[in-house]
Amino acid sequence: MAVPEIRNKHRNNSEMHRVMRQLKKNKLAMIGLVIFAIEIIVAILSPYIIPYKYNAMDMTSVQKGPSLVHLFGTDELGRDIFSRVLYGGQYSLTMGVLATFISTTVGMLIGAVSGYFGGKVDNIMMRILDVIQSLPNMLLSIVISAVLGSGFVNTIIALSVNGLPAAARMLRAQIMKERENEYIEAAVSINCSRSRIILNHLIPNSFSPNIVQATMGVASMISIAASLSFIGLGVQPPIPEWGAMLSAARQFIRQSPHMVIFPGLAIAVTVLALNLLGDGLRDALDPKLKN
Amino acid sequence: MARYVVKRLLWLIPVILGVTVLVFTLMSFCPGDPAQIILGSTATQEMLDAKRTELGLNQPYLIRLGSFIDQIFIKHQMGNSWSTGMSIAASIRERMPRTFMLTIVMMIFSFGIGIPLGVMAATHQNKWQDSVSMIFALIGISIPSFWLAMLLVILFSIKLGWLPALGIGGIQYYIMPALAGSTGGIASAARQTRSSMLDVIRADYITTARSKGVPERQVIMRHALKNALIPIITMAGTHFGKTLGGTMVLETIFAIPGMGSLIISAVNNRDYPVVQIGAIYMAILFSLCMLGVDLLYAAVDPRIKAQYAGRKRAKKNG
Amino acid sequence: MNDNTENKNFLDIENLVVEYRSNDQTVHAVNGVSLKLEGGQVLGLVGETGAGKTTIAKSILRILPDVSARIAGGNIELEGKQLFQLSETEMQQIRGKKVSMIFQDPMTALNPVQRIGEQIEEVVSLHNRGNHEDHVKRAEEMLEMVGIPKERYREYPHQFSGGMKQRVVIAMALACNPDLLLADEPTTALDVTIQAQVLDLIAELRKKYHTAMILITHDMGVVAQTCDMVAVIYAGQILEYGTKEQIFDHPSHPYTIGLFGAIPKLNVDEEWLHPINGLPPDPTNLPQGCPFNPRCRFATDECRKKAAEMMKTPDGHDCRCIHIAEALKGE
Repeated sequence: MAVPEIRNKHRNNSEMHRVMRQLKKNKLAMIGLVIFAIEIIVAILSPYIIPYKYNAMDMTSVQKGPSLVHLFGTDELGRDIFSRVLYGGQYSLTMGVLATFISTTVGMLIGAVSGYFGGKVDNIMMRILDVIQSLPNMLLSIVISAVLGSGFVNTIIALSVNGLPAAARMLRAQIMKERENEYIEAAVSINCSRSRIILNHLIPNSFSPNIVQATMGVASMISIAASLSFIGLGVQPPIPEWGAMLSAARQFIRQSPHMVIFPGLAIAVTVLALNLLGDGLRDALDPKLKN
Repeated sequence: MARYVVKRLLWLIPVILGVTVLVFTLMSFCPGDPAQIILGSTATQEMLDAKRTELGLNQPYLIRLGSFIDQIFIKHQMGNSWSTGMSIAASIRERMPRTFMLTIVMMIFSFGIGIPLGVMAATHQNKWQDSVSMIFALIGISIPSFWLAMLLVILFSIKLGWLPALGIGGIQYYIMPALAGSTGGIASAARQTRSSMLDVIRADYITTARSKGVPERQVIMRHALKNALIPIITMAGTHFGKTLGGTMVLETIFAIPGMGSLIISAVNNRDYPVVQIGAIYMAILFSLCMLGVDLLYAAVDPRIKAQYAGRKRAKKNG
Repeated sequence: MNDNTENKNFLDIENLVVEYRSNDQTVHAVNGVSLKLEGGQVLGLVGETGAGKTTIAKSILRILPDVSARIAGGNIELEGKQLFQLSETEMQQIRGKKVSMIFQDPMTALNPVQRIGEQIEEVVSLHNRGNHEDHVKRAEEMLEMVGIPKERYREYPHQFSGGMKQRVVIAMALACNPDLLLADEPTTALDVTIQAQVLDLIAELRKKYHTAMILITHDMGVVAQTCDMVAVIYAGQILEYGTKEQIFDHPSHPYTIGLFGAIPKLNVDEEWLHPINGLPPDPTNLPQGCPFNPRCRFATDECRKKAAEMMKTPDGHDCRCIHIAEALKGE
């Protein structure tokens, strides 16, 4: 078992270091990473650091614009939008990260099994993925949301189907390339079990495109989660999920545009940061693409 | 070549069947009693029971599935909406053109702005035009379209009064929705065009063209762009399909009575047949679109055409 | 028909300096190259990969990639015209008509989505008056001339093999009877059997049209077969220059001698090959003095300090080395 393993570890470590070094050089990607990291920390700490409780109503100061007292202004029930945006970050970010995690992991497993075994197994799995992919993205999430109803967990489930087929196909393509390599032959020849080959050898050497896809995936999941909340599925008020906040603010768009501006800005900044990071990762992982 | 097309069309059938089964099965888990929803709260127990028998709700799953497939594909009977009572087929026929229109205007924006942007970025690589375009592109993908929609409404309808905020009518009603929804498309088109052009510009055959004395403008337009357009066109086809299936939120915001808003309001009203049939309909359209993209690809790239046509058109003894 | 045999210095390259800039590094590709060519002659430009040969050719046509490349010095004169002073439009009239180029890799030299006949017709119509039919006729003529049936006019490049593709490239290059043909390793990417065919084809067409040619190659055998003059290039500098006979019979630069020494001989039974020790220098970091000095067994301190000037060898050809005498003795 020694030779394949050593080769694996060596490939992984130096590869990761090289990628990290490349990434650090990319200023935009680093900015994205820092912004995202700050958002996560703020979201985690939000219950303790926000100036007002997220559901504290104050009918004397309804729909006021941004001021020193209320950085982002107040909504129709006098709640402080700044606090709500920060608190709501927990929901948006968690949903995005968890949904991506689930879809990537399950997707990779399917892709790995499919890519390794090939033949009938592969055929059937790919056809099932074809069926899932024939529904335009949001539509599938909407249907699942309709079945499960709104809510935090339900929305995560509805979101998870989104990136799944793509993650599966990506890994499958890489695995089909990798399994022709000699170190796999070597592992087989020393009676390495199939699950070990897949888990210890094939997957670690194949999953780098999935990293980029996962990063961009979190961005798009956050966006879709907001869209779902916006149309009445997803997560609903009084929970200050950013999409839900936008939905509630719609009717006040004429008098209080600030109610619309800030939650949307939060989504935009988060997605932008993740996209910058994802772009940087992609450039770092495949220097050929860098122009 | 024709054989390939037929093969792909035949392949659509199991996929569509699969989607139908998937959607039907998912929807059968929806909460709520259909009989209750249709007849309302005033219905008596007998009326409810009668309705349930009429709808075949008491039969086992496979029979219900079978009769559903039979109803939709063989008898072409889509039934009526539970909330409005209108024929679903009629609703689709009425609304589909509007979604189509919105999608087409979005495509025009996306590629009409995106491609020139990408060409400019590629031909001025690493200069300011390049960086600025790409930053715009990145921002474009990141802004949620429904938020941008609202911002545009604030600016163009409320503050300036130039464009109508709601409804349909002439083309002006489609401009803001399309603009809001196409930032992502503009961005993708620009990025794809740029990378495609950069790949092509560095190719040897471009140097060959220059060495023949072809003027630079012709080099870009006739030689580079023609080759760069191939992946762009296929990307456009895919984008069309995705956009067609993704207009739901925009239609809701701008009160455009298209397929998207139909499905959304059906979901909110628990109008399950509409959701079911709408979803299946969109899936079929989407699959046809993807097939179209593959064929388009073959039509545009002679190398792919040769691949699909098989051994007949393969290399002669050269 | 051109009668170039009277024109001295049909092509005169003087002190050409070309560099490529990328990020923070500068690649010194060509460092003061001077070459002369008479009409109708063939000059063999010999050197290892990266020595700057292709760059010189592209500089004549001014088709260097302008994002990174820069002509930093020297001039090129063609039939009395200073090429670097011409406008882009004037250059376009020269490219393909007076000077044309055959590229190294036939697999990527042709536009994949354009029919091959049209690609030849394009260069014809750019430089000739007349109507479309005339141009198509000429393109078909060229196809036949390179041994491709004209019925294949409307086919695409992917339908041809490598050797046939290279013939199309040759047809394109010669379609307008250029006075100077730049052939950049035209046979390197091809099978040995096809190589001979392509070289013969080029020689035939050249003789027919009295085309001068710069043949870039790293294959001494090809040089022996086709060239009149030979220039040996290393790290962007010409190290030795003379007629084919002079170079082959009396190589005088340690590098040239090393090149010949590295070729295995059929009539000598040897156990080991004799490559030249070391590697070509990094063009972003050229050694001080003579570029060959790290690998040269005759190198002295003076070599390491200052690059040599062109000297004359006993039989009258040029050699850029101060140790010619020792090198000749050491043979």
